[in-house]
Amino acid sequence: MQPAIEVKHVSKCFGDVCALSGIDLEIRAGEFFALLGPNGAGKTTLISIIAGLTLADSGTVSVMGHNVITQYRQARQSLGVVPQELVFDPFFTVREILLIQSGYYGIKHNGDWVDEIIERLDLTSKANANMRALSGGMKRRVLVAQALVHKPPVIILDEPTAGVDVELRQSLWDFIRQLNQNGHTIVLTTHYLDEAETLCNRVAMLKDGKIVALDSTQNMIGKLPAGKSVRLRLLPDTLPAALHTLQLSHTGGMVELRIDTYAQVELILSALRSAHIEILEMHLQQPDLEDVFVNMMRNSGN
Amino acid sequence: MTGFFTLLYKELLRFWKVGFQTIVAPMVSTLLYLLIFFHVLEAHVEAYPGVAYTAFLIPGLVMMAVIQNAFANASSSMIQSKISGNIVFILLSPLSYHAIFFAYIIASIVRGLLVGLGVYWVTLFFFDIPLAQPVWSILFVVLGSAILSALGLIAGIWADKFDQLAAFQNFIILPLTFLSGVFYTIHSLPAGWQYFSHLNPFFYMIDGFRYGFFGVSDISPYISLLIVAICLVAISMLTIRMLKTGYKLRH
Repeated sequence: MQPAIEVKHVSKCFGDVCALSGIDLEIRAGEFFALLGPNGAGKTTLISIIAGLTLADSGTVSVMGHNVITQYRQARQSLGVVPQELVFDPFFTVREILLIQSGYYGIKHNGDWVDEIIERLDLTSKANANMRALSGGMKRRVLVAQALVHKPPVIILDEPTAGVDVELRQSLWDFIRQLNQNGHTIVLTTHYLDEAETLCNRVAMLKDGKIVALDSTQNMIGKLPAGKSVRLRLLPDTLPAALHTLQLSHTGGMVELRIDTYAQVELILSALRSAHIEILEMHLQQPDLEDVFVNMMRNSGN
Repeated sequence: MTGFFTLLYKELLRFWKVGFQTIVAPMVSTLLYLLIFFHVLEAHVEAYPGVAYTAFLIPGLVMMAVIQNAFANASSSMIQSKISGNIVFILLSPLSYHAIFFAYIIASIVRGLLVGLGVYWVTLFFFDIPLAQPVWSILFVVLGSAILSALGLIAGIWADKFDQLAAFQNFIILPLTFLSGVFYTIHSLPAGWQYFSHLNPFFYMIDGFRYGFFGVSDISPYISLLIVAICLVAISMLTIRMLKTGYKLRH
């Protein structure tokens, strides 16, 4: 099957600083894909190159099989991009903007779909308000709406939830998830790793312009050396001898015990019960994408 | 073509929504020039034999208003979009660079012509100005405003900041306009200055435009037309090339 986005050997330097060096990436149609990395890792540059806003020094990029330089019109027709910056045109109302944006994509009578997006993004009350009058969160919704006017098969969201309140974040992700279920390929960047973990099937991690990890979310977490653990606050603050072999740490009144399977929790509880030790507090720790991220950023490329 | 027409519509709407500032205000300032020059010079100067100074001045002022506003429209629209960042919506879209070029240029020509027509219309109430060969006037006013629109687009793309755009306007566009014969016939100038005036492409626009009114001009309108047309083609090619390569727009 044709990939939604294909990036081959892409490099880009700004003067002495290389934002991307030799990126190869293939995003399959229908994927929900996350591009993660610290600030300055090259995420936005990569997105800009895919969108044609930035020109790569070398390498090729195609969207739905269309080269973004030589077949730029078809490539851009297949792509919807939500930029990171809160940009807007102060001369127009929300509805005007969306109809104008539709026209840029060659769509003449898009009123029905525009009204549907306006409703889905909870913009109905602001549809005839000037863009200047909107709050930051509202402007963000309009940016999402603008990226969707032409129903692009591939949608890229560059930090769509930065500075957005919880309610909008939830409703935004519901909407995006639904788009994904309807067959749209979704690529997002975010600093909220829990979002990426719940939403995305596959993740690429960027560091200093290189891809340092590329795998399914589950595989990435599974490959972590650190496993599961239980953290306990006990009264009295001592550990039965039987559990000493599991102990990872014991600081500040908290004991951390390593477990390989969840069945081991039962063994720990019974050992504590028979030693008459009371449990004041208990947390089950599982590795998440954040651990993978921290691990990758610490270890790679040094 | 839908993309082109949408961008054209948006560009027209952009200045129309603030029409008081983009059309009425420049009309007023042009008419003020007219009032002042009329008061000071009417009795003293005769540009062509039998042509009163005011009659001579009005086509010049109309053309000046047209080209200044054509330039202002394209340049300010582009630089505002760049600085506020909303140019991204055009850059992300599948609009061809030809569509972008023609939409910006035509919208700017329209604004220039609206201001020029407005000034001309008001003067008709007070002065009797002939229009000997209107086709020539229309030809030159359209080509002239197209050149200035393209220059405006170039300036808007090139400038990173408003002060750079102001420099382009004050050190290139304004001198070329004022020294092009808006206010005088170049035959009244010393020989050296006359020679330099012939190097100024704006001179041919205004001289040709004036020919349409009086049937008299400093040089043949055919030569002016040729020079103006060559300028338009050259500047348009440069502008389209900038859009195609993404100069200062796509990094």
